[in-house]
Amino acid sequence: MTVADHRSLGTLGAPSVGVGFKPEHFEAIVDTRPQLGFFEVHAENYMGAGGAPHRRVDAIRERYPLSLHGVGLSIGSPGPLDRAHLQRLAAVAKRFEPVLVSEHLAWSTHEGAFFNDLLPLPYTDETVARVSEHIDEVQNALGRTMLLENPSTYVVFAESTWAETDFLREIARRTGCGLLLDVSNVFVSAVNHGFDPDRYLADFPLSAVGEIHLAGCAEDSDDAGLPLFIDAHNSPVRDPVWSLYATTIRRLGPTPTLIEWDNDVPAWPTLLSEARRAERAIVDATTKTLERADVL
Amino acid sequence: MSFETTVGAFAAALGEPSAPPPAMTHGRMGAPDARRFAVYRNNVTVGLIGALEARYPVSRRIVGDDFFRAIARIYVSAHRPRSPLMVAYGDDFPDFIAARISEVQAEPSLDYLPDVARLENAWVEAYHAEDALVATIDEIAALSADQLPETRIAFHPAVRLLRLVTPAASIWASHQGDAEPSAPTHWIGEDALLTRPDCDVKVRVLPPLAYDFALRLREDATLIEAALALNDPAFDLGTHLVGLVESGAVASIIPGQTS
Repeated sequence: MTVADHRSLGTLGAPSVGVGFKPEHFEAIVDTRPQLGFFEVHAENYMGAGGAPHRRVDAIRERYPLSLHGVGLSIGSPGPLDRAHLQRLAAVAKRFEPVLVSEHLAWSTHEGAFFNDLLPLPYTDETVARVSEHIDEVQNALGRTMLLENPSTYVVFAESTWAETDFLREIARRTGCGLLLDVSNVFVSAVNHGFDPDRYLADFPLSAVGEIHLAGCAEDSDDAGLPLFIDAHNSPVRDPVWSLYATTIRRLGPTPTLIEWDNDVPAWPTLLSEARRAERAIVDATTKTLERADVL
Repeated sequence: MSFETTVGAFAAALGEPSAPPPAMTHGRMGAPDARRFAVYRNNVTVGLIGALEARYPVSRRIVGDDFFRAIARIYVSAHRPRSPLMVAYGDDFPDFIAARISEVQAEPSLDYLPDVARLENAWVEAYHAEDALVATIDEIAALSADQLPETRIAFHPAVRLLRLVTPAASIWASHQGDAEPSAPTHWIGEDALLTRPDCDVKVRVLPPLAYDFALRLREDATLIEAALALNDPAFDLGTHLVGLVESGAVASIIPGQTS
């Protein structure tokens, strides 16, 4: 599986930045026809039987590439995948023909109870095998590769024997899946567990990255009074995350990037300006790379 | 500890608000941390409350954000989703409100709230229902007088019929848009018809007898069977049929056999 397969949007001329599609922005998008690389939608929002949700995305799809982001498949579960849900995801993918399909390294369902969140798993030989099996199943059902997103976490597991970057590298190696590098999640997890985010990114299997996510986060603290960031998706991207993004783009080159603002959704112009900032960051990082090469 | 055991312990602690964080989940001090684990519990609760707020915006406006969040919190702690398909989550919230309303003696003025919530739930169901083409008036006009009595109706999948004991449909309607809502002029029950011929859900208050007529047709009665069951010589079958078709409720007309 080559880099080009995962980064198909990156071959479009302009830096490929997208935003999450929110129904409240539909009129503005249709009226103003903004230049954007793609729109991303949450698969579960389109698992109803019909009506306006499908129609709106059909209309968006006519003009823009689509990225499909699942949140409820529970790939990180010890038990078997919910086959009915996998079929629903496949049906949505078939209808919208997205250029990218992604899901999370997390679990959300256990013994028939669905927890409306992305829950963490330990990184062990057992779990790397189980997650890889699930991804094989997903890719077979979809008839295409998927991207697996690195998580934001608030706890680590005592029994983990793998570093998260090695865990993701191994899954990509075993299954041929790509990775969705959520740079904000790297920042959040780094603060929460006290590691160096630059070190994490240096260890990250960048050759497997097919998409990047950038999102806002909220500040809190733990029992010991140490800082805890929450992956809230409810605010602009923070400056440290923009720095990490610039570093990543300098190494990776232009990569499809999503501005992920799902809660307290802002007015359309605000969301669009975040996308424009990402576009400028790609141009700046690319220009700097050239200058360095000239000097060398 | 096996993968299954770890996740099982995590899930058990998540579902039990007073439980300590699971022993194998650590913060930076190499030990369990209650505030860290609470982030996950909080995400679950806030997410589910958010789903109810999105599903019942008028009910929320009527009782206010704080009161709504309080009732929602109680509902959420007792009603865990059984599926990642969240489109139906909270569909029994109106019954939950109805049970609670009868407990709260101090709020007789909120007796319309369960009806408003039922309408909002029906609206969401109609919104997500399958698409279908709708029958036109031309198709009725094409029926001969012979065919009409034995004709049957297939309803559009989005159709919802509600018999409300309070004027909740009018109350709901007056909460659409930003204007200050007004109280209904007549405090009587309303029969509501929800349709979605295209993308937008339409809510109508039905005239007398229309609800019972539509209900029988939906139970596969012929036009004449449904009309006769009303036992009212003044009932105008043609007018009511046209009303149903014009509202976008009818997907297809199945003509009766001519005798």
